[in-house]
Amino acid sequence: MIEIRNVTKRYGEHAVVDRVSLTIPRGGVTSIIGANGAGKSTLLSIISRLLPADEGTVTVDGMDVATTPTERLARRLAILRQDNHMPVRLTVRELVAFGRFPHTGGRLTAEDHRLVDEALRYFELTDLADRHLDQLSGGQRQRAFVAMTLCQDTDYVLLDEPLNNLDMRHSVQMMRRLRRMAEDYGKTVVIVVHDINFASCHSDVIVAMKHGRVIAQGPTAEMMTPEILGEVYDLDIDVHELSGRRIGVYFA
Amino acid sequence: MSATTTTSGTPVAAGTAVPTATAFAAARRRERRMLAVLALLALAAVAAFAFIGIKGNWEFALAIRFRKIATMAVVGVAIAWSSVLFQTVTGNRILTPSIMGFDQLFVLIQTVIVFLFGALALATADPRLLFSGQVAAMVGFSTLLHRWLFGRRGRDLYVMVLAGVIFGTLFGSLANLAARLINPNDFVVLQDSLFASLNQVDAGLLGFSALLIGAMAAWTLRLRHRLDVVALGRDHAINLGVDHAAVVNRALVIVAVLVSVATALVGPITFLGLLVANLARQLVGTFRHGVLLPAAALIAVITLVGGQLILERVFTMDTALTVIVNFVGGVYFIALLIRESRR
Repeated sequence: MIEIRNVTKRYGEHAVVDRVSLTIPRGGVTSIIGANGAGKSTLLSIISRLLPADEGTVTVDGMDVATTPTERLARRLAILRQDNHMPVRLTVRELVAFGRFPHTGGRLTAEDHRLVDEALRYFELTDLADRHLDQLSGGQRQRAFVAMTLCQDTDYVLLDEPLNNLDMRHSVQMMRRLRRMAEDYGKTVVIVVHDINFASCHSDVIVAMKHGRVIAQGPTAEMMTPEILGEVYDLDIDVHELSGRRIGVYFA
Repeated sequence: MSATTTTSGTPVAAGTAVPTATAFAAARRRERRMLAVLALLALAAVAAFAFIGIKGNWEFALAIRFRKIATMAVVGVAIAWSSVLFQTVTGNRILTPSIMGFDQLFVLIQTVIVFLFGALALATADPRLLFSGQVAAMVGFSTLLHRWLFGRRGRDLYVMVLAGVIFGTLFGSLANLAARLINPNDFVVLQDSLFASLNQVDAGLLGFSALLIGAMAAWTLRLRHRLDVVALGRDHAINLGVDHAAVVNRALVIVAVLVSVATALVGPITFLGLLVANLARQLVGTFRHGVLLPAAALIAVITLVGGQLILERVFTMDTALTVIVNFVGGVYFIALLIRESRR
């Protein structure tokens, strides 16, 4: 369980994340939605200790992220930011193998090699394993980075806009894989996602943010209503039930 | 090497699923082979330098030559490793620690000594005192700069680099000013001391430097796995459980000591670090510091010993080692810039 208590982050006078309290349950997929600048990415960075909070605390299974040794957290929680600039030239296999670092400190055993192979297979990267990252398409790259977080073997996986730069087909595949990852490995997957319909079709819980605050949260079906979505995005959004899924329509 | 040439990865045909254990074992073999080749080349350069053209008393000649070789080895390791570390923590392959104003500070210290006490003082001062003073000033400067900029939780490395560049210019201008104020005779002595030279290195200083650099090298090797992760950038490093700030701090202290010792020992060699660090990355084609660091050290020894050999045998001491190294390094630097910009 991730517990966020009264977390605030300010840049100058402006609070990007404003006294947020939130509990993210264990297991399943939780999507954080909201307009640009709502504070979603900042909140995710604070949860994953990439950014220090100005006020408030975040605990992951009782461990305070601000004080727990970073190597201990790395075995429980993995984070993937949206821009994955890579200053080093790596092959997919080398990147995925980095996921074992929190467990091995850099010395890989036969078991680690096996886990790398497994992660490569799970994300269908086996054929691309020895390609360099700069030789891959955006979708393949994204898959490689998520495979690294799988290889990290953590209970929690936090992903900031994993669908960024992916086309429709790759977006669907990515969401299905994340869903399966949560089910197959019992992981808690938390994603920041822009497309409300992807959030609707693949997540168990939706958290809605606006102006740095959490304005609503709950099971997906309860969150996918014109009232809540309209409030979150300041936009008229019709919600229709299509083959058992709630789909928001806001294009026209 | 053309722009499209990739590093020495074995091409794996699409569709073949190689197990990770096999793939990594092959990569390790390739790295070991490359290191062995470099070690042989370094040995050949050392042997050529030691034995070519000996006339008269062998014992005497060899003693002098081996002291030079030892100096080059110590300086080579210091410059190579400081550059690799600096590039790793800044995530930039075109930077070297010399951009932080170390060379300029060295020039300033020498100039100020001549300005205040005259050329005689520089020539007759206890070399140990001079050496310790210079190392202390340079390490002190970089630590201060770094404390000052990192103390305020500003985690922007580039601000520090920028400040280093500005300080470097300031030191350079001050040194220039002082150089204009001293008398011409003193200036000639000063200029001579500012060219990197292997000829007046004191044996005691060399031993002390070797000890210091050995200690820094041991520290670096202990950090090597964490450095691999830091090279991925701050966010990835923290995600993988590496205390990024702590590793960067340690690396910068190591860099400061290495550069200071090397510069105080033989004088500034600007382009050597850039040349060596990038050649190492290109040749071994790996991010792993356990391989990159030894490779860079070997390339530095090959370059320095080879350069000195050419200097002594081809140019018969008509020029300075820095001139050769900076010429080769400068050409390589331009080639690197062009290549990177084409990416």
